[in-house]
Amino acid sequence: MSNMTSATSPIDQWEKEEYKYGFVTDIETDTLPPGLSEDVIRVISGKKQEPQWLLDWRLKAYRHWQTMTEPTWANIKYPPIDFQKIIYYSAPKLDKDRPKSLDEVDPKLLETYEKLGIPLEERAVLAGVAVDAVFDSISVATTFKEKLGELGIIFCSFSEAARDHSELVKKYLGSVVPYSDNFYATLNSAVFTDGSFVYIPKGVRCPMELSTYFRINAMSTGQFERTLIIADEASQVSYLEGCTAPMRDENQLHAAVVELIALDDASIKYSTIQNWYPGDKDGKGGIYNFVTKRGKCLGRRSHISWTQVETGSAITWKYPSCILQGDDSVGEFYSVALTNNYQQADTGTKMIHIGKNTKSTIISKGISAGHGQNTYRGGVKINKGADNARNYTQCDSMLIGDQCGAHTFPYIEVKNATAKMEHEATTSKIGEDQLFYCNQRGIGMEDAINMIVNGFCKEVFRELPMEFAVEAQKLLEVSLEGSVG
Amino acid sequence: MVGLKDISDTYRSHLARVEKSDAGDAFRWLHPLREAAFARFCELGFPSVRDEEWRFTNTAPIANTAFAPAPSGEGVDADQVAPFTLREPGAHRIVFVNGRFVPALSAAGSLPGGVILGGLCDAAREHRLIVEAHLGQYATIENHAFSALNTAMLEDGAFVYVPKGTVVDAPIHLLFLSVADAAPWVAHPRNLIVTETSSQATIVETYAALDGGVQFTNAVTEIVAGENTVIDHYRVGCESTEAFHVGALHLHLRRSSTLTSHSIIFGGALVRNDIHANLAEEDCECTLNGLYMIEGTQHVDNHLVIDHAKPHCRSWEYFKGILDGKSRGVFSGRINVHENAQKTDAKQTNMSLLLSDHAQVQSKPQLEIFADDVKCTHGATIGQLDDEAVFYLRSRGIKREDARSLLTFAFAGENLNKIRVASLRAQLEQHVRIKLSP
Amino acid sequence: MLEIRNLHVAVDGNEILKGVDLKVGAGEVHSLMGPNGSGKSTLAQVLAGRETYEVTDGEVLFNGKDLLDLSPDERACEGVFMAFQYPVEIPGVTTNYFLRAALNAIRKYRGEDELDAFDFIEFVKEKARVVAIDNSLLQRAVNDGFSGGEKKRNEIFQMAVLEPKLAILDETDSGLDIDALKIVAEGVNKLRAPDRAIILITHYQRLLNYIVPDAVHVLVDGRIAKSGGKELALELETDGYTKIAGQRAAVETEKV
Repeated sequence: MSNMTSATSPIDQWEKEEYKYGFVTDIETDTLPPGLSEDVIRVISGKKQEPQWLLDWRLKAYRHWQTMTEPTWANIKYPPIDFQKIIYYSAPKLDKDRPKSLDEVDPKLLETYEKLGIPLEERAVLAGVAVDAVFDSISVATTFKEKLGELGIIFCSFSEAARDHSELVKKYLGSVVPYSDNFYATLNSAVFTDGSFVYIPKGVRCPMELSTYFRINAMSTGQFERTLIIADEASQVSYLEGCTAPMRDENQLHAAVVELIALDDASIKYSTIQNWYPGDKDGKGGIYNFVTKRGKCLGRRSHISWTQVETGSAITWKYPSCILQGDDSVGEFYSVALTNNYQQADTGTKMIHIGKNTKSTIISKGISAGHGQNTYRGGVKINKGADNARNYTQCDSMLIGDQCGAHTFPYIEVKNATAKMEHEATTSKIGEDQLFYCNQRGIGMEDAINMIVNGFCKEVFRELPMEFAVEAQKLLEVSLEGSVG
Repeated sequence: MVGLKDISDTYRSHLARVEKSDAGDAFRWLHPLREAAFARFCELGFPSVRDEEWRFTNTAPIANTAFAPAPSGEGVDADQVAPFTLREPGAHRIVFVNGRFVPALSAAGSLPGGVILGGLCDAAREHRLIVEAHLGQYATIENHAFSALNTAMLEDGAFVYVPKGTVVDAPIHLLFLSVADAAPWVAHPRNLIVTETSSQATIVETYAALDGGVQFTNAVTEIVAGENTVIDHYRVGCESTEAFHVGALHLHLRRSSTLTSHSIIFGGALVRNDIHANLAEEDCECTLNGLYMIEGTQHVDNHLVIDHAKPHCRSWEYFKGILDGKSRGVFSGRINVHENAQKTDAKQTNMSLLLSDHAQVQSKPQLEIFADDVKCTHGATIGQLDDEAVFYLRSRGIKREDARSLLTFAFAGENLNKIRVASLRAQLEQHVRIKLSP
Repeated sequence: MLEIRNLHVAVDGNEILKGVDLKVGAGEVHSLMGPNGSGKSTLAQVLAGRETYEVTDGEVLFNGKDLLDLSPDERACEGVFMAFQYPVEIPGVTTNYFLRAALNAIRKYRGEDELDAFDFIEFVKEKARVVAIDNSLLQRAVNDGFSGGEKKRNEIFQMAVLEPKLAILDETDSGLDIDALKIVAEGVNKLRAPDRAIILITHYQRLLNYIVPDAVHVLVDGRIAKSGGKELALELETDGYTKIAGQRAAVETEKV
């Protein structure tokens, strides 16, 4: 007589793969003691040799921040953060001033990026991708700078831009996300340390993908980077951001701000693959990812597209948004957010239609596994003057196992009768049923899970640049291993 | 303003007349239900806009009109009926004038053995067992004043019975014609359609007016889709633009049944279309399609409730409205997924096209889900014709008005194409074209 | 080909199959009928390897191998195919991709070369013709947004592509209109072959007007209550299951 193995799910037996970017780089750092004060801000600004106006702006933000309280509306749970225990500045100690070329960069740093799969040596760089690498608080290297410079494209660290392109920075910094915008954005405005700056001149189509890799290395450090991208009239750029951090038992804060500005006929495509350390399988450690990302379609017929694949972080709180100010402008948001183990994500977008004939598309795919909690929060606002505005929202949730949760909060505010709105939402469970169906056709367990999840995310993956779509797909597969049980 | 007391008195006199009529005699066994239904109606009264289910539809014009019972409508001849018949080979037709079955105008044709097609009043005598087993079992009198009133007043309507394993190939046409009278009148047609295991049938219910005038048709249709049946049902409303029509359709689906019901509404001053589908057993599939096209001050309210009571059932709702002038449209769609109805797959789509700045639509989707492994989708759009598309056609030399009609027809076409009875589809397409021609 | 001996199956401690014996030879078509809750679908699910069911006793031999020892995908690779009563939707995965993954998994298992995308499409178009399926179905996501009837036809199509040795059709006829029923029946008839066995699980006798089975079995309360030729189905149509259930009860009582 033979017996069938009963009731335990075959996915239970999957082995958990460890977070593979969790190593620590042992290098000498220049680190400020923990804590936040006006003096700390002055030191940060001083280290970066910033112009006076920027220091003043930071201080204004800091003073405003002190009057604010942490938001509590999001569907996430975490113990209170002690902002005085965070280190606001940590940088690899660089010989003398700054490296003039890659040869001067600490070999250990280069090694770190090699391990992450981001070679900084230009010849080894993925064909057609220029990289800016941000390590803790500062940008360590930007590749392909000269080549881009020939086209008039500025692609450099934010600190450098603040010194060398002060007028441009001054004109646009805070023009999309004001210093007073929200608790974390205001904190960022006061203490941001580095980030990327991009300016694409009129009529230029950026010939390669621009990319920034963010890495949190030092302990107890918060990372507060600031990215500003300006696409001048009729220009085009595609930008990719990737993130990793070492495995630590403590929670680290990442509060970034990204501002995008698209002028007439300009187009910006911003893709994120966020893989910050998510904490271990019991929910210990991991990054708190509280990010404000917003783009302004300032010009007519301008176009901003956000694509994000969020697999990391203990907590993700971000809503890449578009202000559709120019007539005929277009905003898009494509998102895959995956929460496994004890991860929590409250993410979505806001589309604010101001101009006439503006269009927005929202496609959100939430995947919850383990004890993960995934919330989609999306707002669509059609202002009074926004004649013929259109929005299409599709919001799908997938549950893997029965300990996780998916929540959907759509907010729609229409003040113009000519608006055309579509909304679709589904919640489904990838369960034994789908897997058994695949198995019954001869397809093994591992292939079946990947097939089902990738099918679910298809509409978002196809928005990513080719190389990254493959990376995103793999990342999802790795993140889902050991997902049920 | 007519008070509740006056309304009760008026309809009580109607009831007294019904009880004394031939129908009162045929339905003698129904007497207790009639009384209960009437009592319930008196309690409820006609709904007001304070009632959430009637928030956007004001029934005061019905409450405030003193309707007389429908006159017999004698003298209608075959020529008058002809324009409304289905030109479908072999179609089985029964005709009702002012709510009463008129055998002389009917042509049931040759039906497969065991199929019953005729008036409900006759069936109450000849097939009492079947009628008694189903009548009033699905249309509840509890919360719907109009259904309660219909149950109290019912005299006649269509009765269709399809026995086990029987396939009725040609469509069965239930044609309801109204003829005006000097005074406004009310009729309460009551239809009962019962299909047994593994049977298959197509049923077309048409409500049309031979002339103008104020009438109030308060119809109730109950359909039982037996196990493993495939039922295709159509309800077409082409009444006069002065008419009131409150129609309630109650669908009861048994195991592995597939039921599709199309609601097509063009006529009526005030139309309320209630559909309640009860997916009572496993593996049912229910499709509700709807299309309405109105203008002037017409008001159409489609009110759908789907109950997913058991696992593995599917429901699809696809409703479209085209509104011109100062017309008003209401769509309310509730999907109830009961606690053990796992693997439910429900999709609801409501699209409205506003051809004028003064037309208005209220769209209210509601999902109530008490099971955790389900797929429920709803989508709603309200919008005007795409200016870009109009411009594109004009740039190819098509006149503005023609471009608008063409695009509007395309919008309606998607639903018209779902109609599987070819002659009905052609008739309705023609109807839409005429409405769209300047 | 298939031999089921004294099969007992329980779900959450409730015994559903209470000793089923059934032999199906190569080339034969058997019809398994029975009222709701008699255990018909349970038997299909157990044969395909669904893990929510616990086999408490008995054995199942498939071409001499112990079927119960194999995982669901191994059984599929061995040639067991089940047409699901409720075919599952897999959004975003095209039928084409899905079937190629399945076919290649099976071919790999058998030590055959995998088919590339071009060879596969040729192969599959031929099969689509056999079961009168529109080629556009290949580009649609597996069962996603299909009507009940389309899903059932897709199951028959998959059966044609995967060419199983044993096909178990779990209520593939339920919910079909007469035309779709004929197409499904035709598909099944075309797939009858000397080296293939088919088990038709059905709730309604109607399917057997179009597929003539070699044997009919009636499952009542977890046991096969009666077996016979095709005339048994007609008998059921007139008398219903109650009579057989009654006979069975009588037999049981006699045994005691």
